[in-house]
Amino acid sequence: MAKKFLSGDEAFAEGVRLARPQVISAYPITPQTIVVERLSEMVEEGSLESEFIHVESEHSALSCAIGASAVGARTFTATSSQGLLYMAECLPYAAGGRFPIVMMNANRSTALPWNIYGDQRDSISQLDSGWIQAYAENAQEGLDFALMSYYIAEHKDISTPFMVNLDGFVLTHTYETVDVPTQEQADTFLPAYETENELDIDVPKNLAFSAGPEHNYIFKYKEHQALLRAKSVIAEAEKKFAEIFGRQYGGLLETYLTDDADYILITLGSITGLCREIADSLRSKGKKVGVVRLRYIRPFPTEELAAAVKDAKAVGVLEKDISFGNEGTIFTNVNSALFRSGINISSYNFIGGLGGKNISHEDIAEIFDRIENGAEPVNFIGIEVSGG
Amino acid sequence: MTEIIWYGRGGQGAFTAAKLLGAAYSLNGDFYYSLAFPSFGPERRGAPVRAFTKLDAKSILDRSETEKADYIVILDETLYSDPLKNLLKLGGRIIVNTKHKISDEVYSFDGSSISDSLHLPTVNTVMLGAISEISGIVTIENLNDAIESYMPVRIQDKNKQATIAVKEAFR
Repeated sequence: MAKKFLSGDEAFAEGVRLARPQVISAYPITPQTIVVERLSEMVEEGSLESEFIHVESEHSALSCAIGASAVGARTFTATSSQGLLYMAECLPYAAGGRFPIVMMNANRSTALPWNIYGDQRDSISQLDSGWIQAYAENAQEGLDFALMSYYIAEHKDISTPFMVNLDGFVLTHTYETVDVPTQEQADTFLPAYETENELDIDVPKNLAFSAGPEHNYIFKYKEHQALLRAKSVIAEAEKKFAEIFGRQYGGLLETYLTDDADYILITLGSITGLCREIADSLRSKGKKVGVVRLRYIRPFPTEELAAAVKDAKAVGVLEKDISFGNEGTIFTNVNSALFRSGINISSYNFIGGLGGKNISHEDIAEIFDRIENGAEPVNFIGIEVSGG
Repeated sequence: MTEIIWYGRGGQGAFTAAKLLGAAYSLNGDFYYSLAFPSFGPERRGAPVRAFTKLDAKSILDRSETEKADYIVILDETLYSDPLKNLLKLGGRIIVNTKHKISDEVYSFDGSSISDSLHLPTVNTVMLGAISEISGIVTIENLNDAIESYMPVRIQDKNKQATIAVKEAFR
């Protein structure tokens, strides 16, 4: 392993290089651009042997990736925000075709008002597309996800595309120390992609076909089952990853000080670090608080979340998303998990960071206070709490 | 945690300086953590920009913009204003690239004379040398290791000469 000082985008590109994708199709968009720039440089200088295809749009980027995956190639693409929305038509094609493409998405706000800064409304709007969705907290985890995502997506029991999300700018453009594994370590972890789900001239078969009402629902059921099975493959991948690289993350979610916590804040992505820091300072004042970081939103960690919060008195969900006219979508998912698990505790939704708005120490301290002392079901940070 | 805010204009290399300082610090070993990031957003040449470096002995969890700094380094003296002192922690210092004395509280350092003498188009690595000498948080050798690791080869020599010239100037 080599220690390097890299941005989240650069670290992710290093992870992709180590995964040896045979085809990369890409269209640049801020704040994802650096990932595909670095990969094109790696191909140019010969440190990555891959077919790098410049396409004319995000719709083409994913279409191209689907075509490459259909001939059995390990395939990578990356996007962000409006780019993800432009390729949205192709997302269920990739999932329904069971093509294990890995895509990095740099989380960024969606227009209007036009804005290039980070929030998570782009990827969360696509939760129903059939992709596995994971969220990194720092650049190291981004690099590690690049390797783990292929292991999970390509597993023969899963065969499902995988979207790795990195918070725009806060992760993609922030430099930090990252351990870059050796190629030998990466190869030990990640075997070459082999599949029967490929076009092969010697074994002719039909892929990506139509299916009428008689059979269509069976395909959808199988897609759902594969996503659920991914939970155990995620655990398997983590275990193997820890053995080789000495790092582990906790699987579907990561808990912090939750064992005896009365009040737990549930969140995702790069804001978690600050939440843990505030939890530490509240603990030193005698407050029994904890933090849960959701690493995966699809498949959703229903049982793991229930186990983490079952003894708490109340929970809060902090997310950079709003489903207009209802509530934050992560909140909906958390409440469903609590209800299904028979956990009847108060839960509050805190919407923050939209359009890149900074979430401060004071905001998070106030969120913990509101979880303990009560709040509205849905609260906008900076308007209804903390500065409201 | 030691926190540095850099002020410059688009094209002056404020973020490159922020990044090199973080890299130089982390090169010291396992218990040297750093984060470096620019003020996010569209980039425009000549527009005022900020950049941030955070240094600590443990992993840095707070990724928000620094509100109180140990050092503020200003590459372009037209960006200095008195209220900037409100962004300093107790005992914090402002370092300005200028030929003029601003006040007793502000450290004036004539970085541009050094970069001009080396025909360097930017003053960023000179001011990087200045904060290194004034603060002692990294050595000139650390900086030059970072320059070798993270700057394009063709501009490494001149920038290393710049930091060494700063060291001479402080002697």
